Amino acid sequence: MEGSVRQRALQFQRFTRLNRGLHAVMIVSFISLALTGMTLKFSYTSWAAFLSRRLGGFESAGFIHRFAAVTMFCLFATHLWDLNRKRRLEHGGSLWKLLMGPDTMLFNRKDLDDLVGSLKWFLGQGPRPQYGRWTYWEKFDYFAVFWGIFVIGSTGLMLWFPELFTLVLPGSLINVATIIHSDEALLATGFIFTVHFFNTHLRPEKFPMDTVVFTGRMPVAEFKRDKPAEYQALVAAGKLEENLVEPYQPVVIRAIRAFAWTALTLGTFLVLLIVYAMIFAYR
Amino acid sequence: MAIDRAVRHCSRVAARRLARLALLLGLLVPAAALLHAQENADCLGCHGERGFSAERKGHPVSLYVSEKTLAGSIHGGLQCVNCHAELQGKELPHDAPLKKVSCGDCHDAEAKQHAASLHGKALKRGDTLAPGCTSCHGTHDIRPARDPLSPVSPLKVPFTCGKCHQEGTKVMAQRKIHQDHILENYSESIHGEALFKKGLVVAANCASCHTAHNILPHTDPASSIARGNIAKTCTHCHAQIEQVHRKIIRGELWEKEAHVLPACVDCHQPHKVRKVFYTQGMADGDCLKCHQQKALASRDGRAMFVDLRDVQHSRHAKVACSQCHSGVNVSRQRPCETVAPKVDCGACHTEVAQQYVRSRHGRLMLDGDKNAPSCTECHGTHGIEGRLSASSATFSTNVPKLCARCHREGQRAAVRYSGPQHQIIESYTESIHGKGLLKSGLTVTATCTSCHTAHGVLPRTDPLSSVNRANVPATCGQCHHGIQEQFEQSIHHTLLGKTDKQLPVCNDCHSAHTIRRADAEGFKLDIMQKCGRCHGEIAKTYFDTYHGKVSQLGYTKTAKCYDCHGAHDIQRVSDPRSHLSRQNVVRTCQQCHPGATRRFAGYLSHATHHDPKKYPFLFWTFWGMTSLLVGTFVVGGVHTLLWLPRAVQMRRELKAAEAAEEREWAEQQRSAQEPAGPGNDGPPGADRS
Repeated sequence: MEGSVRQRALQFQRFTRLNRGLHAVMIVSFISLALTGMTLKFSYTSWAAFLSRRLGGFESAGFIHRFAAVTMFCLFATHLWDLNRKRRLEHGGSLWKLLMGPDTMLFNRKDLDDLVGSLKWFLGQGPRPQYGRWTYWEKFDYFAVFWGIFVIGSTGLMLWFPELFTLVLPGSLINVATIIHSDEALLATGFIFTVHFFNTHLRPEKFPMDTVVFTGRMPVAEFKRDKPAEYQALVAAGKLEENLVEPYQPVVIRAIRAFAWTALTLGTFLVLLIVYAMIFAYR
Repeated sequence: MAIDRAVRHCSRVAARRLARLALLLGLLVPAAALLHAQENADCLGCHGERGFSAERKGHPVSLYVSEKTLAGSIHGGLQCVNCHAELQGKELPHDAPLKKVSCGDCHDAEAKQHAASLHGKALKRGDTLAPGCTSCHGTHDIRPARDPLSPVSPLKVPFTCGKCHQEGTKVMAQRKIHQDHILENYSESIHGEALFKKGLVVAANCASCHTAHNILPHTDPASSIARGNIAKTCTHCHAQIEQVHRKIIRGELWEKEAHVLPACVDCHQPHKVRKVFYTQGMADGDCLKCHQQKALASRDGRAMFVDLRDVQHSRHAKVACSQCHSGVNVSRQRPCETVAPKVDCGACHTEVAQQYVRSRHGRLMLDGDKNAPSCTECHGTHGIEGRLSASSATFSTNVPKLCARCHREGQRAAVRYSGPQHQIIESYTESIHGKGLLKSGLTVTATCTSCHTAHGVLPRTDPLSSVNRANVPATCGQCHHGIQEQFEQSIHHTLLGKTDKQLPVCNDCHSAHTIRRADAEGFKLDIMQKCGRCHGEIAKTYFDTYHGKVSQLGYTKTAKCYDCHGAHDIQRVSDPRSHLSRQNVVRTCQQCHPGATRRFAGYLSHATHHDPKKYPFLFWTFWGMTSLLVGTFVVGGVHTLLWLPRAVQMRRELKAAEAAEEREWAEQQRSAQEPAGPGNDGPPGADRS
């Protein structure tokens, strides 16, 4: 009784419903892409052959891969549409305000200061920086996806439609596309499943995971601790109250945790497979 | 043509009587002036000139008749017009060409026989190869059979007949002649030897058996060589054969029941009539008197009983005991006392026996190896059957079982073998050939003997072996001939491939006993390893590409070596015939990628990013990407590692704060419980700091 009372306390809403939806879809499509793609990249390992069979053979795996890729493209388009909507509704149609406002995803002076501050803090040379709405590592993850979708997506299309692309491009560019697609994908999977996982979920203060991206809300105390600059700005502007919402029912939280756990486990598992393939099975 | 000939024939019959009358008159009345007959001298006035010729159907034909030859012939006393009857009373020079001379005008009986004979009928049919009178007897040079110079004299008959009836002639090649090597065999036969070597002109020649003019096929009951007449024909010379064969056949049956008796040729083959290799006068009945006793045993205890039923169903049902068990001496009380200890199958099966002696099996036998298989090991003894009989051990579907007796793992032959082939029988049974033979029952499927031969079995190291590297394509080509033809044109064949390395043959890719269908998944995947045994580097680079990776995962629906390079017709890529030559490469890609263009074909299906000289752009792309990867991970990793201690510290502080808050909360609850309900105003997080 008393526990539920405490949990019913209002929480700070960090992500919109669409953001969370896109992130969840991204998780599913990204893991599908990684799983199916890796069977080809590491075809020399026995786990790849096993996995490929489980996925219904290389043709079925290929279908899943392309389906997930199309999903990813749609997701990307939706996000761009959402940004544009945001520009109209929140920034009065000004692209400048969207990009240069305090909540921008672009790297700015504060990020450089925060990076320097963080390094000092890591080395015990200073206090923990007053992080804002988006920390520099979050911005890095965000643009990594931007870049990844562009690079992996474009080369992936070349591999999907080689006959079309070689109408204008030389055939050997398909070989180049293969290398870029495969290595960039390795970078993406490796980075997401290690660095991103650590930065957001596995780092001791959040361990084993931070569910904010799934629920969209976090306890106000945690918000205040994590993003002090944003918290203070909201308090100063008196806008904190309007960003507070009811927390989810425990059953919803449990479902969300199950999903997150699955994704986290799959990702970690994939990293282990990659490490095995690259270190122990490489020929 | 046929009508023309028929007309000629009818008119000839009518003319024949007139002509004979004319001849009679010509002989009886020397004052031939009455009839205005031409003297031979008149004819020879022109035809006696050496260069006298005319053109027939565009070819010059000599019309010269030598006066001397004519004088020497048996017809020397006749006038030209006696044969060339149509010129009787004609003005000279006469019209040409003349009708064919009708020999039957005088030689009536012979002409009739000839007309009814095989030769005559063929001639009537218009068979250009059929012989007429002149084919054997000549024309102006006809001599009597008793004249040694005559082509129909006994010594010459075999050669006269042999003009057509010997190997290599049109008759042997184009007409159905059931015997082969007739002249050769005859020359070697006892008759031929007597005639040619001993000069016995009474020895039987062709005409003795076949007759001179009445030659008929042996299927014609009227023929001298028909089954029913053979005895009669042979007894022209061989009197008293009843006496000679008395132990085999009762005398009076020879002519009475000739149709049920064996004909002479059943034992004494026509044309090969040779000194017989069995002892004359020994009959099976004599042997069976003792050997049908079930209890009969040799001194050393071996059963000597012969089950007649075995023999009767065997291939040798008509062969006499003494033909195989040679060395019988009829003058002994026990004629078999002198029988040779071992049957020599080679006495009849000469060629096969020679192969066997040269084979591994035969050599072992000669070396006295007790495990070496003899003829009987495979073929059996009295119950011997032909390989076409389904119950025979040498019938194709039984061959694997037969060879397995020694070649199965652990058996006599397998234990001495030190080569790379193991589980031969088991592998074969599961192979495509084994399944075809044993499961599908296709008796034409390759079995052990198809590749290893039946009698000439040799180890593969022997250059004469059918499974020696050099001979493998030809051995497989016996059945897979089309493939052999392709292979012989390919770069892998020694005719074209120039390399100091060993070129592959069929079994290098297809294996020997474990051979599989080429469209089976397993084979398709294996073949890349097979190619890789020689083309190691290039196979490795293939596995770096999409095609290779999919194959490596175990799927065949992607380009494999042979899909692009071809299989048996593989060529150097620079060869215009290659599937990958400039002319063909786009079409090759289009097999799977219908929209492929020349630019598409520029895809590097053996690309490697490890070769900076050959593929610099791939090399640098790879290293560029790798640097990006390593760089990102190093930065990310270092950042994380540096962060870790602070994060741990933060967690510890957080836990401590939480515990403190917990205590505070509990205290609040306790104190609040006394005055009123629980206070839950304001976010509890807000006052945590």
